[in-house]
Amino acid sequence: MSEDALARVRDAVDAAYRSESRRVLATLIRLLGDFDLAEEAMHQAFTAALEQWERDGVPENARAWLVTTGRFKAIDRIRRRTRFDAQANELAERLDAEARDAEQTEHEGLEDDRLRLIFTCCHPSLPPDAQMALTLREVCGLTTEEIARAFLTAPSTLAQRIVRAKNKIRVARIPYDVPGRGELPDRLDTVLRVVYLVFNEGYAASSGESLTRHDLSGEAIRLGRLLLELMPEEPEVMGLVALMLLHESRRAARTSPDGDIVLLDDQDRSRWDTRQIMEGTALVDRSLATRRIGPYTLQAAIAAAHARARTATATDWAQIASLYDVLLRVDPSPVVALNRAAAVAMRDGPAAGLALIDEILASGELADYHLAHSARAELCRRLGRTAEARAAYARALALARLEPERRFLERRLAALDE
Amino acid sequence: MLYLCLVYLEEKKLNAVPKHEYDALVAEHLAYHDELRRSGHFVVAEGLEPVSTATTVRVRNGRVSTTDGPFAETKEQLGGFFLVRARDLNDALEVAIGIPAARLGCVEVRPINDLGKTELGLRG
Repeated sequence: MSEDALARVRDAVDAAYRSESRRVLATLIRLLGDFDLAEEAMHQAFTAALEQWERDGVPENARAWLVTTGRFKAIDRIRRRTRFDAQANELAERLDAEARDAEQTEHEGLEDDRLRLIFTCCHPSLPPDAQMALTLREVCGLTTEEIARAFLTAPSTLAQRIVRAKNKIRVARIPYDVPGRGELPDRLDTVLRVVYLVFNEGYAASSGESLTRHDLSGEAIRLGRLLLELMPEEPEVMGLVALMLLHESRRAARTSPDGDIVLLDDQDRSRWDTRQIMEGTALVDRSLATRRIGPYTLQAAIAAAHARARTATATDWAQIASLYDVLLRVDPSPVVALNRAAAVAMRDGPAAGLALIDEILASGELADYHLAHSARAELCRRLGRTAEARAAYARALALARLEPERRFLERRLAALDE
Repeated sequence: MLYLCLVYLEEKKLNAVPKHEYDALVAEHLAYHDELRRSGHFVVAEGLEPVSTATTVRVRNGRVSTTDGPFAETKEQLGGFFLVRARDLNDALEVAIGIPAARLGCVEVRPINDLGKTELGLRG
């Protein structure tokens, strides 16, 4: 074979890996009933592809070829590994018989396998950090090292988390299934929470120097799009993808070249990504039209209201405040109440907003949340209550952990003296 | 596959339940046993006497130590158990959710270690 032809086969295998490896893995897990076995089988299938596609040509349906090859490789492996173990032999026999029976029909409903994989990785009986790690690894195909780096965790810690999760899936027998209609809303909530946590981890790292870790946000958006493709009628899936796109659209504008925070009001709106805004707002509208409105859609609608304003002063604060009213009813939390207070301050003036914030702080909630104190400081400043503003900024500064946030608060404190 | 559903309750709370409510709860449990028998989940289920009746033993280097009370002092105590046969964890969780005492306390669902008696894997 010529060098050129060889390179073409390599490219074909690479391309198949990029586009098909996650689908192939998802199906192999269903067929083999074991994550580790399926992962190994998938890698063996791609290795086999390098040799055989060179000899026999690239198959028409690469995915089907990879699934079938991986499946038989796994069966061979079980046989070899356990020649003297009657029980494992039985397993190999059964997998083999199933494989032969199913060859005609097994490539139907494969999209369901990716959903099965997502719902299994995000099963509520797994701890949240394991749900995230497992999803990034199995669904997105990130390596353990990549995930560890993104979460600022030691690779060994992360690897252990994944091993424990896989072990629990196997031992407690967490089913490889898409939940039925009755369970779906709760289970989908868990999946959406995992995706959004991954996004936020990338959007605003919870500690450390860097404010954005783009890779994770990009991965979360890809995951969201996959969910949208697999569950095109779920309003909250639309809402979450919209919310992520609308946040992401401001990425270039939300930090200065020195890595400092630029507030929404001060952002150069010409640097917002219009393509993402258009896609995001269209999704919000579609979700709102279903009349089954959940918290992600409401948050996305708020982000869309900001995105539609050409300038900060053109922002429709009345609309935003009433969206927060609904959000607070649907998904009450002190952070939502705080954001609502900020919107009310813009609609009805700083005194009205400050009264609400003081109420929240008086309830003891958010007492250690730096953004509550910096919001209070900002409203005090606008009301000319400088001493109170200074105290609140100082409190926020004592609580803030991110370097850019600390620098921002220091600047605000200094500006009070000017 | 077998799962043990461990029912934890605050004994203090349970003792405070009025007699007629307590009787209703017991009746509800017995009815649930029947329901699980019909669905094929039931293996065995029992309630336990209070922890004040518990004795804990240990054997160390061949010496026995016997102490009064439960193994661990906790806010909620083991009050009963259901051993059930279920297709998978989701099926077992459904059973656990249906246990009437889950409304008062909580239910821990633990797969039974089959000591390698059945095959590995997730299949149902």
